[in-house]
Amino acid sequence: MSDSIQLPRWIDVGVLPLMNLVLAFLISGLVVMAIGENPTEVVRIMLYGAFGYEEAVGYTLYYTTNFIFTGLAFAVAFHAGLFNIGVEGQAYVGGLGVTLAALYLNWLPFPVMLVVAILAAALFGAAWAYIPAYLQARRGSHVVITTIMFNFIASSLMVYLLVNVLRPQGSMTPESAAIDENLTLPYIHNMAAWFGIDMASSPLNLSFVYALVCCVLVWLFIWHTRWGYAIRTVGANAAAATFAGIEPGRYIIMAMMISGALSGFMALNEVMGVQHRLLIDFTAGYGFVGIAVALMGRNHPFGIFLSALLFGMLYQGGAELSFEIPTITNDMVVVIQGLVILCTGALEHMFRPRVTKIYTAWRLRQKTQEAA
Amino acid sequence: MDNFQMIVLLLDATMRTSTPLILAALAGMFSERAGTINLALEGMMLGGAFSAACVAYYTNSHWLGLGAAVLTTMGLSLLHGFACITHKGNQVVSGMAINILMSGLTALVGIALFAQGGKTPALDHSARFQPITLPGADAVANVPILGSLYSELISGHNILVYVAFLAVPASWWVLYRTRFGLRLRAVGENPGAVDTAGISVVGMRYKSVLCSGFLVGISGAYLSTAQGASFLSDMTAGKGYIALAAMVFGKWRPFPAMFACILFGFLDAAATRLQGVILPGIGEVPVQLVQALPYILTVILLAGFIGRAVAPKSLGRPYVKER
Repeated sequence: MSDSIQLPRWIDVGVLPLMNLVLAFLISGLVVMAIGENPTEVVRIMLYGAFGYEEAVGYTLYYTTNFIFTGLAFAVAFHAGLFNIGVEGQAYVGGLGVTLAALYLNWLPFPVMLVVAILAAALFGAAWAYIPAYLQARRGSHVVITTIMFNFIASSLMVYLLVNVLRPQGSMTPESAAIDENLTLPYIHNMAAWFGIDMASSPLNLSFVYALVCCVLVWLFIWHTRWGYAIRTVGANAAAATFAGIEPGRYIIMAMMISGALSGFMALNEVMGVQHRLLIDFTAGYGFVGIAVALMGRNHPFGIFLSALLFGMLYQGGAELSFEIPTITNDMVVVIQGLVILCTGALEHMFRPRVTKIYTAWRLRQKTQEAA
Repeated sequence: MDNFQMIVLLLDATMRTSTPLILAALAGMFSERAGTINLALEGMMLGGAFSAACVAYYTNSHWLGLGAAVLTTMGLSLLHGFACITHKGNQVVSGMAINILMSGLTALVGIALFAQGGKTPALDHSARFQPITLPGADAVANVPILGSLYSELISGHNILVYVAFLAVPASWWVLYRTRFGLRLRAVGENPGAVDTAGISVVGMRYKSVLCSGFLVGISGAYLSTAQGASFLSDMTAGKGYIALAAMVFGKWRPFPAMFACILFGFLDAAATRLQGVILPGIGEVPVQLVQALPYILTVILLAGFIGRAVAPKSLGRPYVKER
């Protein structure tokens, strides 16, 4: 790769990811055609379903909230060179923290509870990420395998707790008792009503605002603190970091625990904001979507916000789609998600050599013209 | 039913539950021994199971179903290779992408074809792999202990079970006793040396993922046309990941991986039977704990508390010719 030149930033973070994304959507279009439906019709329904009416926008942003948290979680670990496949499990255990806090400290006033719930979600999520992090940092076990294992362990643990411990007496469904009404996160439409603004009701709640705050905090942390700098150094070159006096193990653990905490925050939206109780599998694969969100957003909080919005739109639009076209279910969204990860993640370098060639040729021609 | 009979039945079930794990674990081994991480086992297994069920349903032939499954998974392997080997993409990401893609695609196409909520229609007897009675099994069935071991445990499985257990020595032979196997392992440890010897690293790695696809395809077909009688959406239910764990647990070697698969298969078979059973002296065993045991054991192993699992040296690193 010695003769290639550096691509300018607008191609590197703009054009190339966009080309990959377009490829993913083109293949998705082919899939839609293959099962005998009209892709343009599908796009029209999805856009209408996601943004066409006020309630839909609320739903879109509600999904976006989950994806911001899980996307940020994956990205922070990624900056330390780690693949945290365990976002799903960490979010699940984070939900346990939120539920325990809300159920057993229910005498707390809401503002205090808000802080306690955030801390509980962070603590439980981070704790679940700590073990794989420790094993990676100190014993060299690969974090990808251990986090996958921890997803399954979390799933078994939570089923056990929900069936045997948290289920209220006399209830047949394996879910926790309901959280006290005063302690749930206020819906945005209710908050708007306080100011006399009329909004359609949707599951969108206060946690969306917190997700945006987290975007800013993660940005500050990764690019404007010495810890963030150390984490990025470890991710870029662990050997060089060691020579610079940065101990990789310490920052691997730090990055993973922050990642786990951010995963846990997803539970604020789902458990405290919408379901108001702990349900089996409430994470519903959102943790895995976080991988796609972070990769597409190039692990930058702003990019993550945009791609979380895109996935929020896909999820809400996909729900509308399954109403309108019965042959297309939510699985279509899963397919698109897989294709997006494949094209923007695994195949991210596919167009690079060709684009570099074209760009180099273009620059060369410009230079000769300038010389002439 | 006496205890001996119960144990034989439990081991019998273990044979059936560990079969897909063994095939998938061997598949993962071929790919990873050559340096390509294969997290896509789960998705490939799912894709294989779906194709097998569809083709077996339309053609009424389980052999054609098996062929379709193997073709599907080898195609997916090529896709994985295209991303990881040709374009040097991230292998973990590619594997996750294939898993997610197949989880959606099999359900979507299943609904489009059969409109049964992602299921395929139930297969006839003739479209499934049937149990084979080994010679002499009926004759010795009444002999105490050994007879029932032979007729219950060894005999009476479908051919894919035997294929899986025979694939273990076969894989061992290929990996450790052939030139191909030596080169394959060398590519995973030190691709630069292999390249210097004039052997294509890219070619070897493609061959290894194709081997991987071939084996995992059989395990997919086993799920939907031998063990089950139709495809159900997400029917692999994490088996690909358990196989991956078993492969790591077996330290990337065929026979230890097989024993890990049998252990994990046994835990799976035991978990279903332990539901609500109260063991003397222990009390009720939480089924979830038994289900989580394979994962917990693998983590403990990886942490270096039960020997050391050392991965192939170049695992996960795309080969770059000039540096």
